[in-house]
Amino acid sequence: MKVLVGVKRVVDPNVKVRVKADGSGVETANIKMAINPFCEIAVEQAVRMKEAGLVTEIVVVSVGLPQCQETIRTAMAMGADRGILVDTDVDVQPLAVAKVMQAIIAKENPQLVIMGKQAVDNDCNQTGQMLSALLGWPQAAFCSKIEPAGDHAEVTREMDGGLEKLTIKLPAVVTADLRLNEPRYVTLPNIMKAKKKPLEVIKPDALGVDVAPRLITLKVVEPAKRGSGVKLADVAELVSKLKNEAKVI
Amino acid sequence: MSTYAAPLKDMQFVIEELVGLADITAMPACADVTSDLVEAVLGEAGKFAAEVLDPLNGVGDKQGAQWADGKVTPPAGFGAAYKKFTDAGWNGLSGPTDFGGQGLPHIVAMAVQEMWNSANMAFCLCPMLTSGVIEALKLRGSAAQKQQFMEKLVSGEWSGTMNLTEPQAGSDLSAVRTQAVPEGDHYKIKGTKIFITWGEHDMAQNIVHLVLARTPNAPEGVKGISLFIVPKFILNADGTPGARNDVQCVSIEHKMGIHASPTCVMSYGEDGGATGYMVGEENRGLEYMFIMMNHARLGVGLEGVAIAERAWQHALDYAKTRVQGRAIGQKGGDRVTIINHPDVRRMLLSMKSQVEAMRALAYTASAALDKAKHHPDDNERKRNQAYVDLLIPIVKGWCTEQAIEVASTGVQIHGGMGFIEATGVAQYLRDARITAIYEGTTGIQAADLVGRKIGYEKGATAAVVIAQMRKEASGLKQNSNADVAAQHDALVRSIDALAHATKWVVEHFQQDPNAVAAVSVPYLKLWGIVAGGWLMARAAEIAAAKLAAGAGDAAFCTTKIATARFYVEHILPQAPALAEEITGGAASVLAFDSAAF
Repeated sequence: MKVLVGVKRVVDPNVKVRVKADGSGVETANIKMAINPFCEIAVEQAVRMKEAGLVTEIVVVSVGLPQCQETIRTAMAMGADRGILVDTDVDVQPLAVAKVMQAIIAKENPQLVIMGKQAVDNDCNQTGQMLSALLGWPQAAFCSKIEPAGDHAEVTREMDGGLEKLTIKLPAVVTADLRLNEPRYVTLPNIMKAKKKPLEVIKPDALGVDVAPRLITLKVVEPAKRGSGVKLADVAELVSKLKNEAKVI
Repeated sequence: MSTYAAPLKDMQFVIEELVGLADITAMPACADVTSDLVEAVLGEAGKFAAEVLDPLNGVGDKQGAQWADGKVTPPAGFGAAYKKFTDAGWNGLSGPTDFGGQGLPHIVAMAVQEMWNSANMAFCLCPMLTSGVIEALKLRGSAAQKQQFMEKLVSGEWSGTMNLTEPQAGSDLSAVRTQAVPEGDHYKIKGTKIFITWGEHDMAQNIVHLVLARTPNAPEGVKGISLFIVPKFILNADGTPGARNDVQCVSIEHKMGIHASPTCVMSYGEDGGATGYMVGEENRGLEYMFIMMNHARLGVGLEGVAIAERAWQHALDYAKTRVQGRAIGQKGGDRVTIINHPDVRRMLLSMKSQVEAMRALAYTASAALDKAKHHPDDNERKRNQAYVDLLIPIVKGWCTEQAIEVASTGVQIHGGMGFIEATGVAQYLRDARITAIYEGTTGIQAADLVGRKIGYEKGATAAVVIAQMRKEASGLKQNSNADVAAQHDALVRSIDALAHATKWVVEHFQQDPNAVAAVSVPYLKLWGIVAGGWLMARAAEIAAAKLAAGAGDAAFCTTKIATARFYVEHILPQAPALAEEITGGAASVLAFDSAAF
């Protein structure tokens, strides 16, 4: 079985994010970047399935700047077999990424697509769902367990109220939740090997996909600073404040 | 609690721009070592250091290694971390490719080892000693010995140790007394070795001890010492560890620092004699040890850089968060974080600027070592070997002495909390203290510098390096960046001081060796300070050029220039004073009446 995994390059989760001075977005120049943690979990899942003999080939796809090749190399150092970068300097939105993935899937014919449930930069949580709709494939988001079995897969999804167990037909799109697995540390020999694995770079045009943004960001601002608190005399005063000042009840 | 973050930007700047990775990659033997590979390796190593090794540093200090009935148990978590470390292949980073290593150049190994040492120096000593054994076997082991031991040492499944010191033979190894009596195809080793780092533990399946000992008719002194392999478990015919050899860890030391690293007293041959195998030729053991000493000394100098970096990160974190007092001249209002106080800023900058200068010097030596080894041109190899030979005692001596000072300043920034062990910064100071002692004390390094590296060759290599410093310094004056140009005068004054002191050392070395010895440590320090200033000024120049071209990370470049300027204005002025001490201070040391002490 062939698996396709989507990976996104994001600001390293350990870095404190800063808004650009002109309010056009978040500062990413000269900031440490890393593979999105949920994408890392998705790659780890594919690699474990390959190690278990369930998967024959893992293809990693990223959409974005040329530097995304580093992210793909990281995935290949974890165990993915080859990579595809769809090279664009457009600030791609979930729909554009889903369309790019759809075009690549048409060529690659994977039986399973694993993606992170969301990216820690903008927390959209949309690409996997959009992709499944575009493909007309079943989807299972927020998975904490994925067990392929022949022409279907048993998955466990993390819901607000508990766990949902589903059987989905393959091919399908699944997205990884935090508890699916704990990604491995990349080994040094595998970093060296990853350098020699094939990485194809193509343009969105070559796939016939228009990646132009459909949404416009008006302004990005820091969250408002929290003001200092006040001490209240009793519950009545609290209720009154919540009602009249905060207007939340 | 501060957590370690690998200083990837500075490491990459030093490797790529200051040392010049392109020069390394240009050598056919290192052609694969491209920027993106270095970046990937450093990135993953930094993650491993921060997430696996760093959290165990404090645990290791508090628990320490434990000895009971000849067995040594490392602190909780160390065994699992060692397994992760070796499983991830880090042990084989610079190991020979024929035996499963990655064969990466020294400059890459240097940056990665800095991370291991910053995160957990006591842990790092285990793989460091193993790499010393690998180096020895690579250079002088027989084909059969390599076949038997190399692969497992490279993978880290087996670890290695160096057994030199005996109670009566410390800095003076000519006094070694351990015996090696031939018996069939091997030797029986008998004697006691002390200060054996990671001499016994249960993290590896076998421990390969390299032991200095004397054969029965060996001449007295340094020319009668041979080198032996003594495995903890004698190998079976199929190469697997078999019977327990006659070597025991009889106790471990209670030390000032590096508590997690067991420092063992090893007893060989209490039960008739430990089985050992000679490495290379008889009576040449010490000579072999000295070949490896270059690597080992550079490695210990790097420990200084690493501990200083960790101390700096911890102190910075505290200074940014600790609120105390108001700014000078501030009336009322909120109290400020201590980073706003000028004296704290001065302390922080003295830490930061020296760490960066030390890193620049250590990595420069490391790149020279790569060139001495791999350069296709014979003359270039020789030139770089002479360069690295000169730099090694300076890196070892200066970086370790300054690490102690930097770690101490880190304690100072924490005020009373720094003195409290729970804060965690006292550990850096205690751990740093050994670095100026083992692998040759600062005094031994200074003796090596004024003797083998300067005196015997009448300062020939030193003159080349000083000329290079002058050439580069002269360019600073015209720099269009005022902060860079401002560094010219002080740098030139410090180079003059170094040249003056070097002339004095060369002139007095033959007829008055005692006078030279009396001021050799200040002379070593002078070299470190001036070489550090020279490289910081070069770094500032590169940063200014990048800024002017609008290339690279502007914030990093601006900070680099400001850091270099601090170094030039606060650290470099020590140079003329040291030159005065060196050229005029010997007599008071020598003339002092011994009875009056």
